[in-house]
Amino acid sequence: MATDWAAENLQVIRTLMERSAVYRRALAPLMVVAGLGGLVTAAIGWGMERHFVLIWMAACATIQCVCLLLVRRQALGEKEPFWTLPARRVMAAVLPGFCAGFIAGLAYLASSAKPLPGMGGALPPVFLLAVFWLFCHACALHAAGVFMRRGIRLFAWIIFCTAVGAGIFYCWRPARATNVTANLLMGAVFGGLHLLFGVYLYLTEPRMNET
Amino acid sequence: MAIMSLLAANSEMSFTEIRDMLQMTDGNLSVHLKTLQEAGYVSVAKSYRNRRPLTTPSLTVEGRRAFERYVRLLADIVEQTKKGK
Repeated sequence: MATDWAAENLQVIRTLMERSAVYRRALAPLMVVAGLGGLVTAAIGWGMERHFVLIWMAACATIQCVCLLLVRRQALGEKEPFWTLPARRVMAAVLPGFCAGFIAGLAYLASSAKPLPGMGGALPPVFLLAVFWLFCHACALHAAGVFMRRGIRLFAWIIFCTAVGAGIFYCWRPARATNVTANLLMGAVFGGLHLLFGVYLYLTEPRMNET
Repeated sequence: MAIMSLLAANSEMSFTEIRDMLQMTDGNLSVHLKTLQEAGYVSVAKSYRNRRPLTTPSLTVEGRRAFERYVRLLADIVEQTKKGK
């Protein structure tokens, strides 16, 4: 009898602590949406050299809006508030990384419209911007991982390592770091990796729920 | 116990956040917080945010110790019964 009571109390404490501190919305659909969005964007942007930055920024904004709508739908489905304390924390954690990427994209677009003085009209390769975006994304996910479960921080490290690898590739073969390669890199990371992670989350979800 | 659990997981939570999470009324939560404050387990800081009063309860060192003792006690009860079986 006392054991049941103690176990129940422990369970209640654990649930309350997790609810207040850990972001619990299902991540699998978000990752799958992000992955599919990334793959579609890579396919659309395959032949478009000039609009690479614009296409990826628009895709990023669209995917994030869709993800927010999905999260809201989940919250409504579970009859819980959407804008909870963990949600606010996750948002605050990802915002600096996302803003840095957005500002870098805007700066690139602005400088391509009006070249900066002293650069002789030449722009840094778009591949470098893609690498920077990967770093920003990895940082944002890693920061959000503090308030999430399910391997988000490991996923962020994988993206970070991919970005480091891409940076090394640029130093090694700068001539090959073209728009096409940048598009391939973005498609592989924002499309392929996210989709794989989403599938992994779907497959492991029932087991996680049992514990 | 619920208030202590929330404050143990979050170093600081506002009054409204605790109220919303535990679905309590203002008066009910105030009474519980006052009891915890009198026991020395919770300290309450009052400030202003956007010209509105902001009440932020947080666990004291004694409160955290008491909470940890309680959780350990519960875990020991469960563990001992498991061993007995």
